[in-house]
Amino acid sequence: MNLISLSPYDLTLAASLVILLALLSVKMQLGVARQLLVAGLRTVAQLMLIGLILKSIFSYVHLGWISLLSIIMLMLAGREVMARQKYRLAGWWGFGLGTMSMFISSFSITLIALNVIVSVEPWYTPQYSIPLLGMMLGNTMNGIALGQDRLNQSAWQQRSIIEGKLMLGWSWSQAIADIRHDSIRTGLMPIINAMAAAGIVSLPGMMTGQILAGTEPMEAVKYQILIMFLITAGTGFGTLVAVWVGSRRLFDDRERLRLERLSINS
Amino acid sequence: MMFIMKQIIGQNIQVLDLPGWNFNVQSGECVYLSGPSGSGKTVLLRAVADLDPHQGMVELDGVSTNSMPAHDWRRKVALVPAETHWWSATVAGHMQAPDEELLAELGFEPGVLAWEVARLSSGEKQRLGFLRALQQNPEVLLLDEPTANLDSQYTAAIERYVAGLCERQGMAVIWVTHDSEQQQRIARRGWQITPEAISEVML
Repeated sequence: MNLISLSPYDLTLAASLVILLALLSVKMQLGVARQLLVAGLRTVAQLMLIGLILKSIFSYVHLGWISLLSIIMLMLAGREVMARQKYRLAGWWGFGLGTMSMFISSFSITLIALNVIVSVEPWYTPQYSIPLLGMMLGNTMNGIALGQDRLNQSAWQQRSIIEGKLMLGWSWSQAIADIRHDSIRTGLMPIINAMAAAGIVSLPGMMTGQILAGTEPMEAVKYQILIMFLITAGTGFGTLVAVWVGSRRLFDDRERLRLERLSINS
Repeated sequence: MMFIMKQIIGQNIQVLDLPGWNFNVQSGECVYLSGPSGSGKTVLLRAVADLDPHQGMVELDGVSTNSMPAHDWRRKVALVPAETHWWSATVAGHMQAPDEELLAELGFEPGVLAWEVARLSSGEKQRLGFLRALQQNPEVLLLDEPTANLDSQYTAAIERYVAGLCERQGMAVIWVTHDSEQQQRIARRGWQITPEAISEVML
């Protein structure tokens, strides 16, 4: 089966459906038309841009360029994690913790996948490394953002309870253990749901894309399983690090709850 | 906030040392703390329990706050806040079975542990919060208006019980109260606190 190339006409047709949806939302005064269109335009612009970048990186394979692109992707993901939290750690921590957690989990797992599991030659072959890293970052980003948001928000709302436990002589770790567990569970929920529903309720996007592009289904399935496991591990480890370090940061060395270390994102 | 807290010896706690003043509580002594709202009584108690950053030093038996883990300090120096907070559905999720005599003294039956927290009255919460804090066997009790929500019967019960703790166990107590009659009943001296100064009152 050959890949059927999409014409601009095909994409315009798909875009007109989104525009139709936007028109309908204006009519119904849902207030999301603008967001919908802006997001749609961003999708087109960003994907076109990355397409161009990938095209040139694929034709000119060099570790330096690939690293640069990876770092930029990491930074953008870090910014996104920060922007999604209503209560976030103030100062550099807000950006740094999410970014560091993503770096630790996404980069190390992508490296393991490239070197040990897929074993491509050279290991940084961009056709593998960039999409893998992108998928890792995109999902880990979700887990970390959800986990940190839940952590900070709960700490803010349950201040009296946390301090009530401190007054009873509990350690900082015991005083925030409930919230920490909840936050980690919240961060992991989307990927656990995705694994549980994979193939029954939904055909994962990557696999669908591969099949549409002409790959034999069993090959696509094997890659999808690999990706699912990698993403789960990446999201899990990243969320663990972010929530653990984040919860410690909410207390000082005298185990006092220091909510002034959070800033409110309006 | 300026708290310079200095040393004490014996099972007692020293509070703050503005120029010319030396604040300490002896073992077995109950001292009241009073002042208009906003004058910093709660802030003072929170600093003593090391819940907020502060300057100065607090010592218990010659050992300063900083020389032990903060949670150990708070176990010894127990703050009972004016409003208690609860996280489990039932009372049992917050404490082990206290002594039945003590429960009866504060007007509870042993079955209280199965009660739902959501159905507790403010007075019940206050009495149970007091019991809960005692379970860590503190050496110093910091009570922030512990009888504010209680009628005269239970107010008297708490007062009696704290007096017993001081007598039997040598507990040192700082008790925030505005009620001058209560001040007379529970303490022989106290501290009057204003935003600018703190002064000692002998009864």
